[in-house]
Amino acid sequence: MTKKTKLICSVIAAAALIVLLICSYELTDSTSMLRSVLQLGAIYALAAVSMNLLNGVTGLFSLGQAGFMAVGAYTFAIFTIPVDKKAGVYYLYGVADGLADIALPSFVGLIIAGLMAAVLAAIIGAPVLRLKSDYFAIATLGFAEIVRILVASSPFNRITNGSLGLKAIPGFQDLFGFIPAYFVPFIVVALCIAFIVLLVRSSYGRAFKAIREDEIAAEAMGINLAKHKRMAFIISSFFAGISGALLAQFLGAVQSTTFPLAMTYNILLIVVIGGMGSTTGSIISAFLVTAAKEWWLRFLDVEHYIGDFKVPFMRTGFRMVVFSIILMVVVLFWRKGIMGNKEFSWDGLYNFFTGKKAKKAAKAAEGGSIVE
Amino acid sequence: MSKENVLKVCDLTMQFGGVVAVNNLSMEVNKGEIIGLIGPNGAGKTTVFNMVTGVYAPTNGAIYLNDKLVAENHPHGKMKDIYNGLNAGKYTGVLAPTPDKITKMGVARTFQNIRLFKELTVFENVLIAKHMNIKANIFSAALMINKKEEKLMREETMELLRILGLEKNKDDISSSLPYGKQRHLEIARALATKPQLLLLDEPAAGMNPQESDDLMHFVGRIRDDFDLSILMIEHHMQVVMGICERIYVLDYGTLIAEGNPQEVQSNPKVIEAYLGVD
Amino acid sequence: MDLTTFLSYCLTGISIGGIYALIAIGYTMVYGILRLINFAHGDIFMMAAYFMIFAMVDFMIPWYLSIVVVVIATVILGVVIEKVAYKPLRSAPRMSIMISAIGVSYLLQNTATYLFSALPKSYPSIDVLNKRITIGDVSTSLVTFITPIITIIAVILLLMLIKHTKVGMAMRAVSKDFETAQLMGIKINDIISITFVIGCFLAALGSILYFTPRPSVFPLSGSLPGLKCFIAAVFGGIGSIPGAVVGGFIIGLSETFIKAAGYSEFSDVFTFVLLVVVLMFRPTGLFGEKMAEKV
Repeated sequence: MTKKTKLICSVIAAAALIVLLICSYELTDSTSMLRSVLQLGAIYALAAVSMNLLNGVTGLFSLGQAGFMAVGAYTFAIFTIPVDKKAGVYYLYGVADGLADIALPSFVGLIIAGLMAAVLAAIIGAPVLRLKSDYFAIATLGFAEIVRILVASSPFNRITNGSLGLKAIPGFQDLFGFIPAYFVPFIVVALCIAFIVLLVRSSYGRAFKAIREDEIAAEAMGINLAKHKRMAFIISSFFAGISGALLAQFLGAVQSTTFPLAMTYNILLIVVIGGMGSTTGSIISAFLVTAAKEWWLRFLDVEHYIGDFKVPFMRTGFRMVVFSIILMVVVLFWRKGIMGNKEFSWDGLYNFFTGKKAKKAAKAAEGGSIVE
Repeated sequence: MSKENVLKVCDLTMQFGGVVAVNNLSMEVNKGEIIGLIGPNGAGKTTVFNMVTGVYAPTNGAIYLNDKLVAENHPHGKMKDIYNGLNAGKYTGVLAPTPDKITKMGVARTFQNIRLFKELTVFENVLIAKHMNIKANIFSAALMINKKEEKLMREETMELLRILGLEKNKDDISSSLPYGKQRHLEIARALATKPQLLLLDEPAAGMNPQESDDLMHFVGRIRDDFDLSILMIEHHMQVVMGICERIYVLDYGTLIAEGNPQEVQSNPKVIEAYLGVD
Repeated sequence: MDLTTFLSYCLTGISIGGIYALIAIGYTMVYGILRLINFAHGDIFMMAAYFMIFAMVDFMIPWYLSIVVVVIATVILGVVIEKVAYKPLRSAPRMSIMISAIGVSYLLQNTATYLFSALPKSYPSIDVLNKRITIGDVSTSLVTFITPIITIIAVILLLMLIKHTKVGMAMRAVSKDFETAQLMGIKINDIISITFVIGCFLAALGSILYFTPRPSVFPLSGSLPGLKCFIAAVFGGIGSIPGAVVGGFIIGLSETFIKAAGYSEFSDVFTFVLLVVVLMFRPTGLFGEKMAEKV
């Protein structure tokens, strides 16, 4: 395939996606399941892609995702709740003095949310990144739990509103007057993911992959481990913060219980199903998992009758059981996930359909066996 | 021939717990030389490499590159009481650069058990070694503002693959290469960091006589083409004797002999420790 | 704080510490042998509590038999998890098996929510264990008092098992070097099963002791204690049984005293901060062995 063909394909595919997205808006009303599943899917896609940058690309097994999302969500909420609604939100404890008159536009709020998460990552990264794999996982998990406990704790009542959480968070708003609010999360997520994709393809992205493959060899190739790990951690956290802020906008309210450990697990499993290390995999899997969990499997939670016969097992909670069994099956029998650690490419797709890959591999093996 | 040190190690000692892995080793590699480091298994050869490349900080001693002090240590802290090596009081400074800094100073290495970036392609493996001198920061690199630099990195990589005969395999996943080629690739990757000193850790391990013969010529060739000095650990006597200008022999962490191949071969200590059992 | 209050806090702390120790041993043993953080262990502990409700409330089995039933059921659950979710991944990268453990934890929590609903269920009261006893001025329930004793006995038995029996020797060999142990003819799978049996047995014991003085169980009630016990294991040096015990007691005691000082909101924060600090200064914990990667 030539470069030109690929470019044309890409443009067509992008246009098709945009058309589909517009259809999903035009053909549905504001209460439709499709709309909220797509929006939520996009938000989880960003969360998953940012986690994948750390866990899949750089090979740092972090379990702090929900913590950084919580930081982002809370930061966004604190700075963007409209001034006239603050008294109502903080009715029990009152609002901290400096914050009473602050209500930033969502766009600024998103950036501050990301920066706050990034700053926190920079602070805890210095000590935590020195730890080896499992210990790093546990330390980041511990960090996420600390965040969750602290935002609900009494000293921060006047900022985070304690266990009551924050409400009246502004939702998505129309952009430039002609882009409906519905599209805003998609635009933000697309921009963020585009940056991550470009980063992974750059020289720094290759250095991250080298660290994943073999730390010792990477260091021997002149890659400063501490610096690169820190960069990956901070950037991943920045986007986790933004995805948390988007989630806050989507939900309109946040509490410490919005970001339990299960959320980290959920995002991790999205990454695993997509294929560790594959950004496209994470995106596809985020939409699939969200749709399955929030929509397609919903029927499992409802009692069904066929005539007089009651379908067994189906009642509240069954959906999550089925969902977790599906996840276990993927983890056990389909470890590579949807994409393995490869990215989507037109060549890959082309080869997939023409079976050219097998031929090429056979040819390579033949060439390899000839002694020079 | 004027003797210009590329590497000089002085009184290098490495002690793990109570075990002295390398004891009071002094050696030097001059510009353009190919030096062998041999000794029975467990003699401490790889430990020497690890100290020179910054993986381990030595317990005592100093390392110079091009006459510049790059690493120094002396027994302190807990080590002070349990130190069993020699020359304890001679050094006072502590200087322990990380391996990436050493690489930037012009020392590259290969590993005993090949450590390629297994799931990446041959091209990427070598390209990664070009990353250390990148000027663009992470944002300009991601936003592709450094196109020129990226292009240069890719061209240099391609050139290197061409010279080393790996061009045909450039898009293969490195772990799918045959064993001998993986060793070649590891050397190519090390060369991509533009070293002055190349450390080869058993480059001929697992090769048949024909392959190791090829490797020997290959090592000689890259020394000339890339203007290198080479220090290699090797067990194949044929390779060591055929190519090394001088040889250091370690046994139980201690230097027992040094000299040209003939001298070493006829040294009774060496025969006793090593060649006698060969 | 007068002496009586102090002593009673000490007793509470030692008691909860003992329970943490019992669970931490499960983490530490599995880690020692499989190099796996068994994220599901806390949920196994939670399931054991539901088994107790099943046995005593639904089947009306007397408490002493119920304990036996709970222990057996928990052990079976643990071994089944190992066979189904961990064994197939033995040669997979370590990350995969860790993810599988997370998946199991998720599955157990969701299953518990499905079977028993997310609402707390009241834990059956074992009257004998909840009886108040008074020692000197300190009044406490029997279970608080016997927990540390049971813990110590269990640990001593376990250490004897590991030191002096053939199975114990095999376990030590496997934890030192998986492959070589296999080559020496040790039946790896049996040893791993035994490890899970012991770990789950102690978790079941811990569960009974933990929930008896507490009113209720809910599907997430294993999550936080599980994490804390894992921290206890890390604190003591993961892989080391005495380490896990010491870690458990230290965390139990410090938690109790922080609560006593009026900072109960922050007792968990303290635990996690403790974890991070310990990892920072002594990454292998108090009794852990240093493992250097061979270059």
